[in-house]
Formats: sequence, C-alpha cells, structure tokens
Amino acid sequence: MIPVTWYMALGLALFVIGASGVLLRKNIIIMLMSVELMLNSVNINLVAFSYYLGDMRGQMFAVFTITVAAAEVAVALGILIALMRQRNVFNADEMDSLKG
Amino acid sequence: MEKLFFIMFAVTAVVAALAVISLKNPVHGALALMVTFFQVACIFVLLRAPFLAAAQLFIYVGAVMVLFLFVVLVLDMEKAALEVFPRLNRWFAYVVSPLVAIEFFIVIWGSAFKDMLPPTSAETSVKEFGKALFTDYLLPFEVVSVLLLAAMVGAIVMAKKRWN
Repeated sequence: MIPVTWYMALGLALFVIGASGVLLRKNIIIMLMSVELMLNSVNINLVAFSYYLGDMRGQMFAVFTITVAAAEVAVALGILIALMRQRNVFNADEMDSLKG
Repeated sequence: MEKLFFIMFAVTAVVAALAVISLKNPVHGALALMVTFFQVACIFVLLRAPFLAAAQLFIYVGAVMVLFLFVVLVLDMEKAALEVFPRLNRWFAYVVSPLVAIEFFIVIWGSAFKDMLPPTSAETSVKEFGKALFTDYLLPFEVVSVLLLAAMVGAIVMAKKRWN
C-alpha cells in the first residue's frame, strides 16, 4: 500500500517543474506546456485524495479541471496563431503590444 | 508490487517533465510532455480511477498534444531555436523554485495524513460516476458545456484570417 504522501510528492515535483518552466523559458509554446504540466499535477493530488478518502468528489473536480484545461489550450493556441500572423515573435519578452 | 509500479511511473513522469522544460526543440518538448501525460494516466489507474485515466488519454494525449504539435509544425519555429538555455540571469526562478519545493515538502512531511492508507474497497465504478455527474453535478456539467462552446467559438475567431 502506497502512502498518500508519495502521490503528493509526485504532484509537488511536477508542479515545481512546471512553475520553473514558466519562469525560465522564453518560448511561449513551452511556457504553455509547462502550464499544462502544473494543471496535471494538481489533478494527481485531487484524485489521490479522492481515492484515500473514499470520496468521489475529487475525481469529479479533476474531470472539470481537465475540461477547463482543454478549453484553455484551444483558446491560447488560437491567440498564439493570431499573434504569430500579426508579428512573428515567439519570445514572451518581445510580446509587449499591450504595454502602451 | 504497487510501490514498484508507482516508482516506475513517477520517475518516468518527472524525467519527462524535466525534458519538457529543458529541451530546445518544441517538438521534442511536446513529445516529452506526451510521455508525462501518459504516465499520469497510469498513476490514475493506480489510484483506481479508470474513467479519469481514459479521459486523460483521450483529452491530453489525444487532443491537446495533437493541437500543440500542429501549432508547432504550422508556425515557423526557427527563431525559437536560438533561445539560450539554461539562462543564468534569471536568478529569481533558480531561487524561488527550490524554496517553494522545500517548503511544500516540509508541509507534506509534517502533515497529519502522512500515514493515511486507502480504504479496502474504494474503486469508483464508471456507472456510479456518471450517475453523480448527471444528478448532483448537473449544473457544473452544463456550465462547462457552455464554456467549451465559448472556447470553440473563440478559438475559431482567433485563428481565422481577417477578411478586410
């Protein structure tokens, strides 16, 4: 039997890796991938507690998280394609047209 | 036996996640992310959540990753390959990430549910799950469907060519 802490530690590791990916990388697509990684690590925690507490609500929450993440990716990649058409930048530091 | 499988999946997931944030080529990063998502689906199976494992495979490994790969391939990524990595001038990330990790780790290790073990018969059947989704959670379900519609319209409007 695996203690619940192991799952939490895995979720923590994936979350911190995703967060450092957002902070360290400049490529906007890899930043988006890191955000997906963070969302997934949260799901691991939710499902782990759902199993260990014998309660289905955690899984329900995880399903909605997956749905919202999918919607987020679709919109984000649409915005990205529009941005690339207007001005060919991949570097997040150069995307400053809203800066004023 | 279960521990062995957990360690296998967890180590693969963490190594692939590290590859996502350290590989230069976004295509390789997307493939590494696919490996991570697959391992997370395996973890869901270990957690007796077969429906979520299937949803994870369909939505993340199937849909989201194909979307990412399409966008990477459609857009010309040559300029992105010039990115220097690892960048040493981002001291903030190098300081904050380990600090957050250590902090969370201490909290997890000192928590009350350290020795919590799962109940013996805790498997949720898909039937039970679907029943709850369409009765107790009907309102969130409908709201999420509206959200998906809005996201679909938004993505199409964003990605289409301007007429004028």
